[in-house]
Amino acid sequence: MAAAVSVASALDARQDEQAQSAPKAEAKSLSFYYGEFRALKNLDLVVHEQCVTALIGPSGCGKSTFLRCFNRMHDLYPGNRYEGEIRLYPDNTNLLAPGVDPIEVRMRLSMVFQKPNPFPKSIFENVAYGLRVRGERSRRSLEDRVEEALRGAALWDEVKDRLEDLAFNLSGGQQQRLCIARALATDPEIMLFDEPTSALDPIATANIEELITDLKTKLTILIVTHNMQQAARVSDYTAYMYLGELIEFGRTDELFIKPKNKQTEDYITGRFG
Amino acid sequence: MGVTEHISKAFEADLDTTRTRVLQMGGLVEAQILAAINAYISGSQELVEQVIENDQRVNGYEVAIDGACSQLLVRRQPAASDLRMVMAMSKIVTDLERIGDEAEKIARMAKEIHAHGGHHAQRFPAVRHASQVAVKMLRQALDGFARLDAASVTEVLKEDSEIDNEFRSVLRQLITYMMEDPRTITIGVEIIWVAKAIERIGDHAKNIAEQVIYIVKGTDIRHTSFRDVEREIAKE
Repeated sequence: MAAAVSVASALDARQDEQAQSAPKAEAKSLSFYYGEFRALKNLDLVVHEQCVTALIGPSGCGKSTFLRCFNRMHDLYPGNRYEGEIRLYPDNTNLLAPGVDPIEVRMRLSMVFQKPNPFPKSIFENVAYGLRVRGERSRRSLEDRVEEALRGAALWDEVKDRLEDLAFNLSGGQQQRLCIARALATDPEIMLFDEPTSALDPIATANIEELITDLKTKLTILIVTHNMQQAARVSDYTAYMYLGELIEFGRTDELFIKPKNKQTEDYITGRFG
Repeated sequence: MGVTEHISKAFEADLDTTRTRVLQMGGLVEAQILAAINAYISGSQELVEQVIENDQRVNGYEVAIDGACSQLLVRRQPAASDLRMVMAMSKIVTDLERIGDEAEKIARMAKEIHAHGGHHAQRFPAVRHASQVAVKMLRQALDGFARLDAASVTEVLKEDSEIDNEFRSVLRQLITYMMEDPRTITIGVEIIWVAKAIERIGDHAKNIAEQVIYIVKGTDIRHTSFRDVEREIAKE
């Protein structure tokens, strides 16, 4: 029966997507330079609201660089330079505009990294951290928000009796979900995932993928993954990048069956070399 | 279709082996139709036995190739043209197996028909002609599969209606024949079974042709008008 249900939902999803969702963010003629090196070349890409967009491509293709442009991570290193725009909708803010505060940007777009990186604090404090930075002082409110974020990250039931334990005592998969809870706590509009499961076992991976699918009912997700099957499993849209260029962007259900570009075809069928 | 080889030589080899087996199965099935039709015309008991016996080999191919396709899916998680190839092979072998069953059915009917007086079989050249068209369709579909040539299989889609017309014409002739002499009803019905089996072979060959177009173009053209299919094939 499970198979029948999933096929039915795939058909429903297809109908839903025909009424295409609104753009949540858009890269316009985006280039990025590490010093003299041009790592991204004139990218144009629309990120659809409440959808998962996967970025795939071989190592060094620029997919992580692209992801990091969204929350201005590159600002942390001197010599890095953006060209073009990343528009965030509906307010049409250009995230890369000189007057825009990167800290503000990071409140709207949260990031989860390859390796779980909880702070050396308790489970509770990890999740509460962003809220405290934002000035939340009420214990009651903090508790509510932490619980909500942990529930959102499908971790609450596993940690509710040990919130004061050190986050490092959690398993790898739990730590990653804690990082997702931490990212969720500040109520972001977009979640950026940079290979979030590459350090996890298949069960923990399945939990994170399930979580990503749940999260997209509330927010928009961009995910970088080396695992093409993962991209196929979790994403609604897929972008294939190579040498800093966007080679092909399309609906995942089309791109993995009938890619338009020969380079995409070669990459996803393992002919790349 | 990519001409570049897969990085994984083992994957490349597994795909190639499976494709080769589909073609071998196609060759066997084609021989089965020819033998069955020969048995229908000549009444050769030996051919009848041979077709019935060989059907086991056809079934064996189907099971083996489907197993290989499952292995390719589970081990390699193929995408794009590879995925289409594996899915299509799994469907093509079902059609080939059913063609095999139709050939066996023709052989069994041939035995009955010749037990009741084989000269009746000679009276309906349209049956033989339809069988030639059916074999040609199957051959073209399999050639298209071997060469991954979508344009060449469009002929098969056209020819299917030719077989359908032949079948209707055989049916009309036989109805008249049986009405003229009710003693021929038993044998008439048996010949109708043969004609129907040939008509079904044409349908299966058409299905195979559709799968070839799916592999090459990525478009599912089942239940699509011929004009739309031609337009799709013409697209680069």
